[in-house]
Amino acid sequence: MVGLSSFSYLFSELIRHSQSRVTAIGPLEAKLDAAGFQVGARMVDLISLREKSGKREVKLKNVLVLIQTSVFRTLFGKSADALAQYSSDDAEEYHIVDNEPLVNRYISVPRDMSDLNCGAFVAGIVKGVLAGAGFPAEVVAHNTPDDDGRYPYCTTYQVRVTAVDVRAREK
Amino acid sequence: MPIFSFYIINKAGGLIYQKDFEDYKANKLMVNEHLRLGGFFHGIHAIAAQVAPVAGSSGVEEIEASTVKLRCFQALTGTKFFVTASPSQASLDVFLSQVYEYYADFVLKNPFYELEQPIQGCDKFVAHLDALVASLSA
Repeated sequence: MVGLSSFSYLFSELIRHSQSRVTAIGPLEAKLDAAGFQVGARMVDLISLREKSGKREVKLKNVLVLIQTSVFRTLFGKSADALAQYSSDDAEEYHIVDNEPLVNRYISVPRDMSDLNCGAFVAGIVKGVLAGAGFPAEVVAHNTPDDDGRYPYCTTYQVRVTAVDVRAREK
Repeated sequence: MPIFSFYIINKAGGLIYQKDFEDYKANKLMVNEHLRLGGFFHGIHAIAAQVAPVAGSSGVEEIEASTVKLRCFQALTGTKFFVTASPSQASLDVFLSQVYEYYADFVLKNPFYELEQPIQGCDKFVAHLDALVASLSA
């Protein structure tokens, strides 16, 4: 267990450090993504060992459920709020929804960077877990405030598996 | 009952945040006047701490007049939070320590805030401050 304040200061400095080395939002998100990937890659073994007595999940859907529940619960203290499948011709597409991302709790993004979502770090974690489980995927964090204003900082992690061999395996 | 205005001044005496709440009858202050008021209060606070008859004075904590009351809270870092309200407004010290907590959370933990600079774009801080003032006026 790590205190939320300690984590928030560290995460804040991670963002400042990353920001001082880039000039645009895209590369900044890429840096956060890369940092998260390292966390995710380590979570695969940890979660398999703790929750599945060492067995690996081999189905994409099951890995995603594991991420939504165990990984999020271990890292953030609560499961992600939703996991949904989307039909897409060129990819296996899933959305993981977090109504109030813990990493963004104290962060207010300035208006001139309103496209930025520091949940890119979490997207990196999801990507890392999937890659470790054998499902190389693209994961992007999107700001998706809900319509009635209850969760203005709701974030959706869009997971897309495009690799042909992986998709064939899922069929 | 109402809270009039809220100010944060940094340890150098510069105004870094100000917000008016109640539509009070007196003339509204302009931005420059708010800046001057912030710096002026910083001076008074420092002088009061120096001229106090006891050692280790914490400076001005409260100023009360017939129509207005000013309550100040100074954090250990030297950042000062003060609020003007009507004299009947109770528990302003609780209000200020709560705002200090919001400042520590939503301003200092925000990677896009530069220390000692004016607080801009910290939407979550402003939202929590507004909610707190609304809960006091209710």
